[in-house]
Formats: sequence, structure tokens, C-alpha cells
Amino acid sequence: MVPTMRMWPVGLGWTCLSIARRSWSSVSSPPSPLPLRSRMLLFLVQHFHDIEAIVSWSSWLGNWTRQRKNVYYSYAQKQFGSNVAAAFYILNLKGGFRLAGQSDWVRPNAKGKFSLDFINFSDLSIEEVDASGTVINYMGLNNLVSQQKLRCLSLRGCPEVDDWFLSRLHIFKDSLEELDLSGCSRVSVGGLSALHHLRKLRKLDLSSLPRVQNPGLVRILLEEVLPHCHIMGVEYQEGLQSSGAETDIKATSGL
Amino acid sequence: MWKTWTGLAGAVQRVRASLHPIPYRLASTFLCAPHSARCFSTGRAACKDFIQELEQQLKAFRHKALTAMPGSDWSPQNTTAGLPPERADIVIVGGGVVGWSIAYWLKRKERVRDGVRVLVVEKDPTYSQASTVLSVGGIRQQFSLPENIHLSLASADFMRNINEHLGVLNEDPVDLQFTHSGYLFLASEKGAAVMEENYRTQRDAGAKVLLLSPTQLKEKFPWINTEGVKLASYGLENEGWFDPWSLLNAFRRKALSMGVYQCVGEVTGFRYSSHSMSTTDGDMVAFKRIKYVNVRMPNSLEVQPVECAIVVNAAGAQSGKVAQLAGIGSGPEDSLASVPVPVEPRKRYVYVLNCPDGPGLDTPFLIDYSGVYCRREGLGGNYIAGLSPEENEEPDSGDLEVNYGFFQENLWPLLARRLPAFECCKVTSAWAGYYDYNTFDQNGILGLHPLVNNMYIATGFSGHGLQQSPAVGRALAELILDGGFRTLDLSALGFERIFYKEPVLERNIV
Repeated sequence: MVPTMRMWPVGLGWTCLSIARRSWSSVSSPPSPLPLRSRMLLFLVQHFHDIEAIVSWSSWLGNWTRQRKNVYYSYAQKQFGSNVAAAFYILNLKGGFRLAGQSDWVRPNAKGKFSLDFINFSDLSIEEVDASGTVINYMGLNNLVSQQKLRCLSLRGCPEVDDWFLSRLHIFKDSLEELDLSGCSRVSVGGLSALHHLRKLRKLDLSSLPRVQNPGLVRILLEEVLPHCHIMGVEYQEGLQSSGAETDIKATSGL
Repeated sequence: MWKTWTGLAGAVQRVRASLHPIPYRLASTFLCAPHSARCFSTGRAACKDFIQELEQQLKAFRHKALTAMPGSDWSPQNTTAGLPPERADIVIVGGGVVGWSIAYWLKRKERVRDGVRVLVVEKDPTYSQASTVLSVGGIRQQFSLPENIHLSLASADFMRNINEHLGVLNEDPVDLQFTHSGYLFLASEKGAAVMEENYRTQRDAGAKVLLLSPTQLKEKFPWINTEGVKLASYGLENEGWFDPWSLLNAFRRKALSMGVYQCVGEVTGFRYSSHSMSTTDGDMVAFKRIKYVNVRMPNSLEVQPVECAIVVNAAGAQSGKVAQLAGIGSGPEDSLASVPVPVEPRKRYVYVLNCPDGPGLDTPFLIDYSGVYCRREGLGGNYIAGLSPEENEEPDSGDLEVNYGFFQENLWPLLARRLPAFECCKVTSAWAGYYDYNTFDQNGILGLHPLVNNMYIATGFSGHGLQQSPAVGRALAELILDGGFRTLDLSALGFERIFYKEPVLERNIV
């Protein structure tokens, strides 16, 4: 006899009720009880099909808006060329860039508005991109493939940058010199092992990557693979077991 | 409910017995105890028993009341636990990654809620011999057949967005532990021309592959001995390895949450109806239609027939045997009915090596032209290596025992020649698994069987089933629910080629 009611086990604590968008906490975080609102919503979702449908639609809508921000700007490409399309894309994401040969950065203002002066510089390619805190993702790189002179890329705290994004960065292997990945909660060792393509990389920032279990070891292995690169934000001892055990052994052996 | 009342009556009897210890035996047949030789002092022990028994009886009463409420699976007939439903629309034989992928995609493509009732039958819930979990877990697009390349690309796309596809509300996100390290194929003089052709096919199909000369290879990977290498092919994106158990569990969890039925049992037979027609030459051809799938319960002789409309054979290494149960392969000579599904289990060994001076974080999944393969595992200097044996040296596939002599004699010399650092390596562990080996042309068989009108076959991938499973699931769901392939045209992989003896060979088999 098959049970008629589908029972869903209650998962570990997470911050917001949405389908699999919970924060990537490290392995050893203890389960915290859900706040009352989340628990009520969970009860309703488990017992009513329509509320389950509403929650899944809202999660789908979140995905859709993220994808829309990373869509391929084909009209701008056709009308103004790939450099202007890439610049437009970055400004729409609320990031900033600096063109090759120019010294000031182009950014949107606090309200998100930006001037369209960069259209006049359609022959200059982008040298530095600051996409910190934006929702740049794997599909968005379609707009940046043409920027073969990209020297610096800052992805500080980008929630959508994951291992697949890093595996695609090989398109900048002849030009990228500085890469900032700090605070990207989805990056793990699987993606960092794809960074060996970036032969020109000189500065790599790997601070606060919660999914990397042994940051010190990863730093050593990356330095072996990229000998000219300086890796910042990670100490060699990070991720090691507590060094208190070593001092105990030394104390007992001295007796 | 009547059980509850007898339970209560029993409780009343016991309460009275504890109060009247001696006359209880005389009064056991009556509900009321006779008034004779009453004990006036109950004592602390009797009092405590009374309270505890009452609590237990109340708990049992509450439990019985819950089972009587709707939503519980109590039934007055004492049926065996875990029986499959008596009727299902689609029965998938085999609970590996291909079977669960098909189940997920069927549920995803149904237009109406509970439109199709899907049942997945798996004989071993521990997956101790399943090819899925014993696989090395690699995914590559470096094939020679365009269909294979497209299947792998689509599967990589699926895995990139796996949480959108397989995320379940209020559950952990799916973590495949995908390492993006790419595959590196090495070719000798003989194979260089084939590799260049394959490179063109792969590029046309959209795979990001790079060809390297021996000098470029040595510059990029100085720890490789490039002696004898004429050309190398390196995958830049969408290639690497991942955890097959996570993928299987993700498919399973999502499919179960969408309402797929799961049954632990073994398919022992099919009941089918047969309809004979004659061809223009006068030969009789028997068309079969499966009506019931007989599922035998584990450790039991009980067989439950499941009435079904469609059967999907995704049994992996055992698909040949399952197809034989439907009568495929037994028929007059030179007829379509005599062609069996040419899938048999082939044992392959996988060895875990520890090499402290081995290659580092940029190690790709290296495949040499001699057939030996090696990849990094973790960050501690461990590597996984294997070798496909020659046709005439196939190990016996009766059990999954590992032959360490094979490593010493066949694998290690080839590995140490290509990677000199492995001359001093240690075998820390090893395991063996089955390939669902397609003896005909080592490529998957996807599609309806021409003679059994409702049996779909999705097997025979010979070592690349795991990496193609998401796309294969989608293809089969389109075949079943839409009547034909919609996104990828995989008609070249149908069963007909086996009858017509037109092999669709894959030149890059590992």
C-alpha cells in the first residue's frame, strides 16, 4: 500500500525559504531553528498545493530576473560593436569599467543611471572591470568574450560566480593579470583548479571563500601551478587542524 | 477500531488483575471479575503497574487512532510492506542514474499533475554492484560521434544549472563536487589523423577543445613524458569529473518529491500478449505487448504483477537478461526476433594510487593512446588509474573481486612510462565495477524495440552512461511522451542498427 501523503523532511537551518537558493554555509555549521515566519510558511507549503506553487513561482521569477540581467546584448553588438556592448552590459549590472588608454572609471551613479558617452569610444576595448557585488554569471561572459585585453577583473562578493564561471575564464588566458575572488560563496577547489590556464596572472585574491575547506593547501598547490602569481588573502596555516596538539607533543617530549 | 476496544477491554482486565491477583485466573473468561477474596491493600507495586500499563494502553490507543485517520497506510489486509502499486503507467526497470533521470524527466514533462504514474524498480537499494556509483565519474565531449558530443554537452549544461532543475524546497542544494580539469587525450602517429578529424567534429558540435603539439604539451604539463606522442587533444570547458552518488541522489530525491513511486524488488518476468502477422514473403512475425511486469520482493518468493502501459529497460549491465525475459533474442534464425539486446556486464578495475611527487592541481584526466587513464583525486597526492583490457583478456565478470596482478603487469609499466613520477607510487586501494558493455558497437541503444511494442531500451553506454544520463533521460521522456525526439535527434542510436548490422562506432572509447 503506498502512502497517500508525501512527507518532506525538514532540512537544516537556512536563511530564506526558496528552492535551493540557500546560502552555501561551510560543512560544520550547526543546524539553527527556523524563525517563526519561515516555519509557518513551511507548514503551509507542505500542506497546500497552491502555496507550494506560489513559492516555486517566486523562486522561478528570481531565477528569470537574474538571467535577464545576463542576457546577450545582441542589438548593441550589431549597432555599436562588441566593445560598446560589453561596456553597456557591465553598466547595466551596476558594475564599473575602465577603457584601455583612459584613466577614469565609468560607473553608474547611486540611482543606477549612467551616461552614454562610452558609445563614442567604440574602438577602445575594456582593460579593467569591477563587477563586485553584481549578479554576473556564466552566461553573462558571452558579452565579455571579445574583450581580449582585459587586465583586471574584480568579482568581490558576487553571489552568482561559481566553478563553471571560473572554468570559462580561460578566454582571458593571454591578458588577465589581476583577479579578485574574495567573498564568492560558490567558488570551490573544483573551479580554482581551472585557473591554471591564466598564465599571465600576477595577483589573485582568495580571501573568505567559505566553500574552500583547506585554503592554505589550495594556496600552496596554486602557487606550484602559477609560479609568478601572488596569492593574497590566505595564510598557509589556514584550514589546518589546531596547532595546539603540536605544542603538547613538544611539552611531553621535553620531560 | 474494534481492535482498540478489545485492547481497552484487555487493559480493564489487566487493571482488575493487578487489583485482584488471586481470582484472576478464575475470572479470565468473563469480562467482570467475581467478588471473592478481595485484597484490600493494593501496595505500591500494583499501583505503579496500573499507572504504567494505563499510560502504555493510552499510547497504543493514540497510535491506533492515528492509523485510523486518513493519510496513514494502514489497511485491514495484512499486506507485505514495500509492494509496488498494482497498476502503473510506466515501469522503469533499473534504479541507476539513467533510470532515475528518465523518471525525473517523465515527471517534468507531464502536462497535468499526476499525469503519468511512474514506478522505478531497483533490486539492490545499497547499489553495491551498480555501475553508477562505482564509476570514476568523468564527463567529456571528446567523442567521434556527433550524437555523443551533443549528449555530453547537454548533460554538462544540465549539471551547470543543476539546482534550478533538481533543487527541492527546503533541502540542501545539490553539490556535485565538479572538478573542471578537462580531459587530455594523447595520440601516437597512428591515431593523429583520427584525432584531427575528431577535433573538427567536436568543434563543429560546439565542444571547446584544443589541439596541442608535443612541445606545447611539454610546456604546459612538464611532468608528462611526451615520447611517442604525436598530437594531444585538451578539453577546455565542460569537462572534468564529479561525484556520481550526488547526481544519483539528486535525481532520486527530486523524482520522489515529484511523485515517482519506488519499489525495491527484482523483475523476474513479463506477461505479454502476442500478435502474429505475416510479411509479404510469408514469414510470421510476432509482435508482443507487455501487460504485466512481475516484480519479486527481496528475500521472498512473493511476486507482485504490476500492470503497466510502458516498460523502460534501464537495467545497465543486466539489461541483456531483462530483455531476454521479454523474449527478445529467442526466435527463429535470421529473424528480427532472434537478435538479442547485445549488452553484457564487463568488469573493469580502478586503482587508487598515492604518489607524493605526482602532478599538481592542474592535472587533467589523462588518457594515453595505450588505453591507460589517470586522474587526480582530492588534494593529498592521490590518483585514480585504470586500463581497459584487451578483448581476449577480459576478466571474468562473475564477481567484483580486484586483481592486483593486473595493475602490476599491465597498468603500471604503461603509467610509469607516460608519467615518470609514478615509478614510485603505492596502491592504497582498488575497486571493480561493471560496464554495461554494448558488444556490438560500444554506443548506447536508445529507443523502442521494433518487436516488443511497449519496451523502450536505454542502455549499452559502455562506460559513458553516467556522463550522458541527464540528456538521455530527456531524450527518452520526449520519445515516450512526445512520440519522437525533440531537442536532440538520436535516431542513429536506435535498436534497428543492431538488426541491420550497421555499427555506429565510437572511436574514442576508454
